[in-house]
Formats: sequence, structure tokens, C-alpha cells
Amino acid sequence: MINVIATRWRQGHRTAAYPKTPPTLPERFLGRPELTAGLQAGACRAALAACPVGALQAEAGIGAAAPVTLDLGRCLFCGACAQASPKAVRFTRDHRLAARRREDLVVRPGAAAGPAAAALDAAARRLFGHSLKLRQVCAGGCGACEADTNVLGTLVFDLGRFGIQFVASPRHADGLLVTGPVTENMRAALLDTYEAVPDPKLVIAVGACAIAGGPFRDHPETHHGIGNLLPVDLFVPGCPPHPYTILDGLLRLLGRIK
Amino acid sequence: MAFSSSIPFGNGGGIPRAAVPVLAWSGFRDTLLGAAVAGWRLLAYFAAPETNDRPRLWAILGRDATGELTAVATDPAGDHFPSLAPEWPQAAGFEREIAEQWGLCPEGHPWFKPLRFQGSWRHGHDAWGRNPELPILPGVTDFYQVRGDGVHEVAVGPVHAGIIEPGHFRFQCHGEEILHLEIALGYQHRGVERALLGGPTLRTPHLLETVAGDTTIGHLTAYGLAMAGLTGVAAPPRAQVLAAIALELERLANHVGDLGMLGNDIGFLPTASYCGRLRGDFLNLTAVLCGNRFGRNLLRPAGVLFDLDDGHLAEVRDRLDAAFADVTTAVGLLWETPTVAARFENTGTLDPAVCRDLGMVGVAARASGIVRDVRHDFPAGAWTGCERITPATATTGDVQARAWVRWLEVQESVRLIRAWLDRLPEGPVLAAPGTPAPDHLAVGLAEGWRGEVVHVALTGADGRFSRYKVVDPSFRNWHGLAVAMRGQAISDFPLCNKSFNLSYCGHDL
Repeated sequence: MINVIATRWRQGHRTAAYPKTPPTLPERFLGRPELTAGLQAGACRAALAACPVGALQAEAGIGAAAPVTLDLGRCLFCGACAQASPKAVRFTRDHRLAARRREDLVVRPGAAAGPAAAALDAAARRLFGHSLKLRQVCAGGCGACEADTNVLGTLVFDLGRFGIQFVASPRHADGLLVTGPVTENMRAALLDTYEAVPDPKLVIAVGACAIAGGPFRDHPETHHGIGNLLPVDLFVPGCPPHPYTILDGLLRLLGRIK
Repeated sequence: MAFSSSIPFGNGGGIPRAAVPVLAWSGFRDTLLGAAVAGWRLLAYFAAPETNDRPRLWAILGRDATGELTAVATDPAGDHFPSLAPEWPQAAGFEREIAEQWGLCPEGHPWFKPLRFQGSWRHGHDAWGRNPELPILPGVTDFYQVRGDGVHEVAVGPVHAGIIEPGHFRFQCHGEEILHLEIALGYQHRGVERALLGGPTLRTPHLLETVAGDTTIGHLTAYGLAMAGLTGVAAPPRAQVLAAIALELERLANHVGDLGMLGNDIGFLPTASYCGRLRGDFLNLTAVLCGNRFGRNLLRPAGVLFDLDDGHLAEVRDRLDAAFADVTTAVGLLWETPTVAARFENTGTLDPAVCRDLGMVGVAARASGIVRDVRHDFPAGAWTGCERITPATATTGDVQARAWVRWLEVQESVRLIRAWLDRLPEGPVLAAPGTPAPDHLAVGLAEGWRGEVVHVALTGADGRFSRYKVVDPSFRNWHGLAVAMRGQAISDFPLCNKSFNLSYCGHDL
């Protein structure tokens, strides 16, 4: 017992001061990407060819002058495009990536950071702003998005201090946090779980798989994420998103970060 | 060798397909069963289409004592082949997979049920003769049932409490006691192996990094070795050591996290709380290497994409020392607290004979006294250098043993990383990747944190994958969990489950 107390003393206070102070991110962390102003397909052929999932795309049929876009919903943040065409694509270390609308995840040449995820309206904030209970459903996730969601419950992030908690029963939940591309074998269970959550309810898509299928996009065994199956209130890009990216999205949704 | 398989080759090696003997069934069977007696294990058993579109059966064998690999093949007659599972249980899971993927029926299989609830890859060939117009529903199967006074059934999943992958568990109980547990998986099936056909492509490394997202480095290590066997190009020495450091960091993060969660599952919160944080410290060390906490985009065939300068090396060393000091005290509480011992000891005991029969690997096998570790038995890359390991083992096969083996491995991983940081070879970290040889077979093995990861690559005449077989350690170990639960209290299932901590997506592919 004395060792339990001594260990408690040694381990100290470890909860980060986020969101008051910005998070510490690794030097090589790849956050929000930027495309050079006026970027056209002809100037970044190598980057377009290097993208494994078609996140970096040129408008079809216009040739070398086609404008280029980068879809954060599909992006695996592998950095292959920036390595192939460093003058065209650059990854910043900005972890704030979440968006409320699917189209807000598309990065355009020269655009400053896209619109940050807006808060829920006042009525929804009154319902969920001080107590948000989420049921997590993994529908083909590889375990990484799940791990970086789970870690929010540790003392480093201490999600409970924001009134957000993961619960076991969908009946006790205010919404779903979904990971994975939605395998055909999990489709029915996901939809059943959604039905079991009482109205009004939220849906949060975490990770490239849940948003757009991730590396499994176009597999007949999966469904390109949850967009065609459920109404989504918050998209959190990444493969997997950094825990701070997920936390930032959740807090913006609740109006706790503006 | 007294039996007729290919000439032996090593981990990260390969042979021309033509060098693999294609035997008649009786010769194939005698070779496999003879090899089993001579100390060989079944590392992979799968079907791949031949040029005439008929599936051929391939078996990859490995002998721990000598680090040798060998291959043998057979062409089944029609859509049936005799099951080896009654005599050699480690074939059972592979045979169910062959049946499901190719519509080949293993005759005499003792547990002939779908493995992942997926349709056959060969149109018009279904091992169960199911109507192709009807959907295949996951978890809808003929579950084993026990009947009698006071016997009841408990069904759990696919959606579980907590943030965890989906699977279905069917318990047959008498009161609290579990008489039988059947585990039905497949909910995570994403079609990985089918998507790998015709590769390698730009997406191949990303698919393999997410076979099991917590074993990114383990699977990419095996992929790198399989590709080296196809191309003849190995990673430069410095890259091999950086990859080995990443593999041990992956082991540290997961073992430390598991030790914490074992505390959590018995309500011992000090260790649970501290290890939850410390797991992140090791993930963040991996992010020092490549920017990603799970090691995504670090390893590629023929090397690594990131080098470390002296500043990084010092940072990794300092942060490793600090995290290890905290882990030592946090985990130490487990071993000195009587209430922990009361819950860990004699819970979920697995007999070594069962481990051997099922072909189990990794922490679960070593905790039952089976000395089996790819880093020791099939060393490749940095593991062939001066830093050799002694496999960590325990004898009791219970939750305590699986926890203790993790702690031994945590200490060994820290020792290895420190030694490598002090003597990192100079030189480049990435070689020119080379071209895969046509009509070739190559095998890559890695000791992921859960256990042995097996990748087998077969190329066609165009040098593309005509088959890429992935065997995650979970594939070999799920059945062991079911056996370990017999006679246990159902309330101990979460604890036992965590002590194995198997991957659903690694199994379901």
C-alpha cells in the first residue's frame, strides 16, 4: 500500500492544459496540408501520381491547366505528394482538421485554412454542451482510430473534464462516434446501433476510413465510410487522426473552442 | 530431409515457384505429417490460382530449431480435398479459410463452419453450397450448444461495451461456469487479401499497415522481408536497425498498454491509470521517428523513409529512459499486490500441449512455456547482428504468466533499443527497391508484439502478386482463447480476453 502511494507521488500530475495551451506535437507530424496558390495539374504531375487513394485530384478533362484539390476526407497523410512535388504541396503542423460539412474538407490552391468546424446551434448546445455521452462503433477500423479515441479517456487528455464520456449502451448515448470504412459485415450492426440511440442524436466520423473508405476505398467488401448510410455531424480526418485532432473537433462541436 | 518439399530457405528469402514440388495428395499429406514429427510447424496453408484458374494448395513450413523454411504444393482433384485437421489441428483454421475463399471443401473437417462470412472468390464454387443470390449474414451459423438443467447461453457482440473491435462470442454456461465458448468473427472483413492481388501498387503498403493498425511495424517488417525475397534487395544496415527500434517501440507501447488494461479489468486502478499514459509515451516515441504514433509511412521495402540525426537519437534515449523508469514502478505494483495475484493466478490457464496442437504463437504460447520467437528462431535484418534475444517464457499459462511475459519483454525491448541507439550503423537508410522476380515464392516473418506475423508472396509471369498471403498472429491464437475459457467463470472473460488481446481485423483481413 505504501508503494501505491509512493508511486502516485512519483507519477505526478500529467493532465495537459489543453485547450488553454497548444498541444505538443512531434516535429515530423503531418497536419493540415496547403496547396500552392494557382496550382495546376501540369505543375504537380508527380504528386498526383504518388497519391495512393486519389485524395489529390485534378479536375477531369482540362489537362495541364486543371485546378488541383486535396480531399482531407480521403487523405492518409502519408506525405507522398509533398515528397514528389515539394513546391506544390506542403504539410503544416496544424492539428485542427475537423469540419462539419463534407465539402469543407476539400483543400484548394492558395486557400488559407478551410472553415473551422462550427459549433452546434444553441438548442443542441443546450442539450449536449455540458454532457455528451457517445457510443463508439468500430465498423472495420484497424484499431488505430479506436486507440486514439480511447486514449482521450486517459489522464493525459481527461475527456471527462469536458463533460464528454463514452458509454456502453446506445440507449444511454447522445450519439455515435464511428470508425472504419463500414464493412458489409458490420453494416446492419451499425444501423441497429444508430436506431437504438434516442433522438436527437449526433454522428461523428473519425478517420479516413469512416469519412471516405480510407485505404479500403472501392473494395466491394466495404461501403466508403458512413456518409451514404448515416447523417454526419462532424468529420475528423486522419489515418489515424491525432488524439488532439479528435479532441479539437469534439470541443469545437460543443462550442468549447471557437 | 526425409520428406519431399522444396530446398530450405530463410526468412526474407525466396525460391522460384518451379522449385516447389507439386505432389499428389498422398505425398503432400505424408510430407506435412512427416514434417510435423520432425519439428516443423505450419506457418501458412493457402490456395492460389494456377494459370488454368484451378486453385493449387500451398503449405509453408518452418522449423524453429534451425530457422529453415520450406514449401510444398498439391493440386486438389475437383472441389474437395481431405482435411488434415483431425490429425494436425493447426491446419484447421487454414482449411476453413481455403474453403471460404475458393469453394474447396475440406472433407472430414471437425469444425467446418465459415471463418469470416465472405463470399467465395471463385464464382459458382461455394464450399457450403449456399445460394449465390442470398446474402451471407455474419454470425449466422450453427453454433455448438450444450443442453441440460441449469445450462444457459450468453451471446455477446458484435458491438461490445467499450471502444473495441467487433466480434461475436457465444458462451454455453452452467451457472457462472463456462462449459464452452465459440467465437464467430468476420465483422471486420475488408477484403485485404483480394485487394493485394496484382500488386504491389501504391496502396499495398497502406493496406498492410492497416491489416492490424496496432501492428503496423510488425506487418511492414514482414512485407519488407517478403519483398526482399522477391527482389533480392535488402534494406541497408542502418535502416534494418531503425526498423528494429520501431518494432520494439511498438511492442513496448502495446505491452505497457495491456499491463495497464489488465489492471483495469480487475479494478486495480493505479497501474491502469499510469500505464494508460505511458503507452502514449511510447507511441509518441515512434512519432519522433516518423511523425505518426503508429509508425505509418516509416517502413517501405528496401529501407525506411526517415533517418534520425544525433539530436533525435538523444531525444529518443532520454524519453525512453524516463518512460521506462515510470513503467517500472507502475507495473511493479502488479507483482507486489496480493489482490492482483489472487485474480491473475490460475485464471484462464492454457496447457502447453493445446498451444502446440493449435500452432499458437507469441506471448500466449510463450506464457505456456513454448519457446517460440521469430526474432530468435528466424532472425533477419538487425536480429542477425550482435543483439540476440532470449525468448521470454513462463510456465503456468495463466493470466499471470501472460502478464509476466509482457513485463519480461518490456525490459528486453528497452535493453535492445538502448544498445542499438549506441551503435547505430552509418550509411543510407533506403536502397533502390528493385523489381520482383517473376514466378517466384518469398516469405517474410516478423515477431510482432502479439506474435509471429507471416507474409507469403507469390508472383506470376509478370512479376505481380498472383497471391499475397497474410497470417496475423491472432489467426493462430483466437481458438486458444476459447479453449482457455473452459471451466472458467464467465465474469473472468474480460480479464482473460485482455490477457490475449487479439486483433479482430488482423484475423478478418
